[in-house]
Amino acid sequence: MSTLTTAEPAVRSTLLDFRDVDLVFPDGTAALGGVDLTVDRGEFVSIVGPSGCGKSTLLRIASGLESASGGAADVSASRIGYVFQDATLLPWRSVQGNVELLAELHRAGKADRAAKAAAAIGLVGLTGFEKHLPKQLSGGMKMRVSLARSLTLDPELFLFDEPFGALDEITRERLNDELLRLFAEQRFAGLFVTHSVSEAVYLSTKVVVMSGRPGSIVARFDVPFPLPRDPDIRFTPEFAALVGDVSHALREGHR
Amino acid sequence: MPTLQETAARRSTVARSALRPRRIRKRASWWQPVAAFAVFVGLWYAVAAYYDQTVELPYLVPYPHLVLQAIVHDTRPDGVPTGFNAELWAALGRTTVVSLVGLAAAIVLGVLWATVMAQAKGLEKALYPYAVVLQCVPILALVPLIGALFGYASLSRVIVTVMIALFPMVSNTLFGLQSVDRAQRELFELQGAGRLTRLRKLQIPAALPSIFVGLRTSAGLSVIGAIVGDQFFQRGDPGLGVLIQVTASRLMGPELYATIIIASLYGIAVFLAFGLIGRLAVGRWFDFS
Repeated sequence: MSTLTTAEPAVRSTLLDFRDVDLVFPDGTAALGGVDLTVDRGEFVSIVGPSGCGKSTLLRIASGLESASGGAADVSASRIGYVFQDATLLPWRSVQGNVELLAELHRAGKADRAAKAAAAIGLVGLTGFEKHLPKQLSGGMKMRVSLARSLTLDPELFLFDEPFGALDEITRERLNDELLRLFAEQRFAGLFVTHSVSEAVYLSTKVVVMSGRPGSIVARFDVPFPLPRDPDIRFTPEFAALVGDVSHALREGHR
Repeated sequence: MPTLQETAARRSTVARSALRPRRIRKRASWWQPVAAFAVFVGLWYAVAAYYDQTVELPYLVPYPHLVLQAIVHDTRPDGVPTGFNAELWAALGRTTVVSLVGLAAAIVLGVLWATVMAQAKGLEKALYPYAVVLQCVPILALVPLIGALFGYASLSRVIVTVMIALFPMVSNTLFGLQSVDRAQRELFELQGAGRLTRLRKLQIPAALPSIFVGLRTSAGLSVIGAIVGDQFFQRGDPGLGVLIQVTASRLMGPELYATIIIASLYGIAVFLAFGLIGRLAVGRWFDFS
């Protein structure tokens, strides 16, 4: 789309570029006020903020489910993956059927669909579960299926709306590791909304802190730890210090 | 650390054991229902004896064995041929046809009606009141009019059946189509799926459990509709409704009871059959009780 990327493919290209984005709902509620945010290819950006600060709204604008009422919200990714808060699986479809859904909606051929699904199911470690129905899976496994479903799109920009919020701590950490591994392998651009500061720091290359309302970005942090990351970095003083800084900014913004 | 293959193998074993149907259900004991039925028949004999000996109106509550005889034999106990038995089965056949044709029409109309309403809030607001009206207007009050408009034979019987059986189809289908949650709808929207794709791949499958619940209720109502219609439109071939009226007016106690029992059994059979169809269709992924 942009001439810059075709001319210089090695240069970091910006897939999501929000400048001074406002959103006022028809009932007059100001959800977002002047959000500036960019996500480049190869970046994983987490948004932390209190409930109702407009984090999810930001994702909805990025995906096109909602449109901004002011400012410029440019998304130049052609394939966007969106992982919802719930797994949103279709209960009448098997794991395989659920993972094939998006390709099916894009009218992909049967063989193509099956190949994409098999690859994605392999990536999230669910090989052997293809014929299972969602009701036979645990919450964590459902989330993996949901991830696999989005992976079939081979997304350039991956949007995550608190995907692991409803899971227990152990499952959540395991899925964090898998997501990090996927990101290290695939290098999509990620925009991840979460309540958990340590999750945000662990997963991301950049963490932004939002405050409400109207939602705006009050602090930005670069995460210096290289990829791929060892799960044990969570117990290092550097990690703890950064978590502390982000938490502090979150409290400041919330005041 | 286990290799990927090992992990996968272990996972699929876990998976298989999760797939195995659970059979922890307690052993069904057969004697309680049998005992209850025996008590019921015993009471029936006692009441029948009372009406036979004391009240001396035996046709009001006939003995169970006489009723059974009317169902299975074409003769009275004294050997006189009645011809009733053949008539009973013929009537059952006609009522079955009317109720199933009416039910089929109710299914088609109900699902179409609900699907149209599910397309836009405005359409729902415009059309749903008529479904409620259909449910609230006493159908019996309309029966003479239906007879005058459509004649007193099969067509009118089917129309009455449809009117009685339609509402559960409409309301359950609509409820089912609207039960799809927002995130699932947005999942389709994000892929640019059209209205028709969404209906076919999301809303209708999601609605199937409630459609089958409606279908089971409507199936039961269609039997009532067919019998009520039959009782009012006396012309044409008699069904169970006509047979009930005729046997009642001629004080044919055992035959009347036989007809009522067959009508009830038919109603139960239809209810169970459509429950089973529902379980077969969606029981795999939905707890259809």
